[in-house]
Amino acid sequence: MGLKKNVEPKIAAFSSANLRLTCSVEKPFPYRIYPIGDQAITLDYGNLIKDEINAQVMALFYWLKEENLHGIKDIIPAYSTISLVYDAAMIRKWAGNGSVYQYMERYLTNALQQLDLLALPSSRELRIPVCYHQSLAPDLLELCQEKQMDLDEFVAIHTAIPYRVYMIGFLPGFAYMGSLDERIVAPRKQTPRTHVAAGSVGIAGVQTGIYPFASPGGWQLIGQTPMTLFNANDDQPSLFQPGDLVQFEAISIDQFYQLKNNPS
Amino acid sequence: MGVRVLKSGMADSLRDSGRFGFQHLGIPPGGAMDCVAMQVVNILVGNPIGAVVMEMHYPAPQLEFNSPALMALSGADFQATIDGVEIALNQPMLVPTGSVIKFNKPVAGARCYLGVKGGFEADEWLGSKTTNNFAVRGGYQGRNLQKGDWVAFAKPFSYEVEEPAVMPWTANVRELYPQGPCYLIPGAEYELLDAASKYCLIHEPFQIATNSNRMGYRLQSAPMHLGEYKECLSSGVGFGTLQLLPDAQTILLMADHQTTAGYPRLGHVASVSLPSLAQLNAGDSIRFQLIDMNTAESLYAAQEKHLRQLKNACNFRLQEYLSND
Repeated sequence: MGLKKNVEPKIAAFSSANLRLTCSVEKPFPYRIYPIGDQAITLDYGNLIKDEINAQVMALFYWLKEENLHGIKDIIPAYSTISLVYDAAMIRKWAGNGSVYQYMERYLTNALQQLDLLALPSSRELRIPVCYHQSLAPDLLELCQEKQMDLDEFVAIHTAIPYRVYMIGFLPGFAYMGSLDERIVAPRKQTPRTHVAAGSVGIAGVQTGIYPFASPGGWQLIGQTPMTLFNANDDQPSLFQPGDLVQFEAISIDQFYQLKNNPS
Repeated sequence: MGVRVLKSGMADSLRDSGRFGFQHLGIPPGGAMDCVAMQVVNILVGNPIGAVVMEMHYPAPQLEFNSPALMALSGADFQATIDGVEIALNQPMLVPTGSVIKFNKPVAGARCYLGVKGGFEADEWLGSKTTNNFAVRGGYQGRNLQKGDWVAFAKPFSYEVEEPAVMPWTANVRELYPQGPCYLIPGAEYELLDAASKYCLIHEPFQIATNSNRMGYRLQSAPMHLGEYKECLSSGVGFGTLQLLPDAQTILLMADHQTTAGYPRLGHVASVSLPSLAQLNAGDSIRFQLIDMNTAESLYAAQEKHLRQLKNACNFRLQEYLSND
């Protein structure tokens, strides 16, 4: 089974110009706002993995960070939601007669209106070397057999396009990326592993991601990166930030151990 | 100046009010489980309310003071003794160099807090001193305390006394812990529960399973189901989020919770009830009562006000006491 034309690695053609994502200004996405407790609120665009929606979430994330409203303790962007964790005791001071929640609801709605005028900051692009050697990819062979494709083809598809970091969660620095080409989409494992090696690259549904730490995990493992993804000594400990674009690059097992043993 | 761990407990760690501002990178706040008890011990010794305290579970550690200290205990009652003499919770006391504090039996509650004047010295990571066991940062070398550790005070305290001296006042904490049901604000997927499950949520007990910890309480109850199955994408969750798992049981997220999760959110424990929740042990049962946002907010505001009043009263008494000498 040879490579199909459209799955050849596109690293050469990878440029920022054709990757910049913009928010739809003319047609705002429908959303709803609801509480997640009495000190947190979520704006939800629906249960969707969609670049345009995630871009809107990220635009809101950066706008809110810039605003830096006193009393907001955390802003958590996800696929199609953004959650604000706030200090109710502090917000109460300027919430007026209504509830703190109502104040936050108005604040978010207002933020959305202001946002229409803003452009989204362009995404950072990261190239991540991944070794797809069987010794580091315990599920790859079985997946290829299931999908009746050879290993090279699978790797070519996985490295063909840059992925968007939709969100970070589960573990410190664990980036949820996507979306995968439908030919390599695969469900989570029936029984999660109790031990997944740090740096393991997994897939789950249309998502792909890398385990920054050794941990239990249920994603199908198709490779491993030699890179350190989370460094607690850095002010920005996570290599990935929500909104990043990530391009995987296949490396050999020799290169893997070379990079692993001599991190630059 | 500080305390030496003569004997370690099951899970003793240094905590503050939590690490905020990094949840978008998957880093959980991980502050004290019972933030009321944390504030009470700090108030009793005249610290800022979020100063670093020691959180202890049972079996709790044995600690020796290598310098004089002004200290207080709050939260769980583990029948503490200093040099063999039983001491009360929620009372500040002066202890001389060489005092040994022991915890003899779990009487009530799950987590006891020790505060000292000036707070404990701890590693700072990303703006907070609370322990993150996963990243091995913050607190005492990013880990739980072990035998032989020497936990220093952040500020020297040199008010030497001959023998332990209990100050003649007590913080009344009863009103800080609502008795009765655990207040729950309905979550985004609450309405999707079928009728029997909705009934179960507010009428049946939820027992805390043994595999519960600072990350979350696994609850055992009558099975609950959504009327229509819904697959959720991961999104932000918090301390107190009640999630429905695929096995029809629930998990209640606690202080070390994941920052995001994808299971249906049945509800969120109101802030006012979190400290009571943090004092429950495996085997204890929870009963939920749904409340609306306005009620949740005003109950929390009342709790906050109570703490502020306690702080003002304690500061006044403390200053009076220490300057009268």
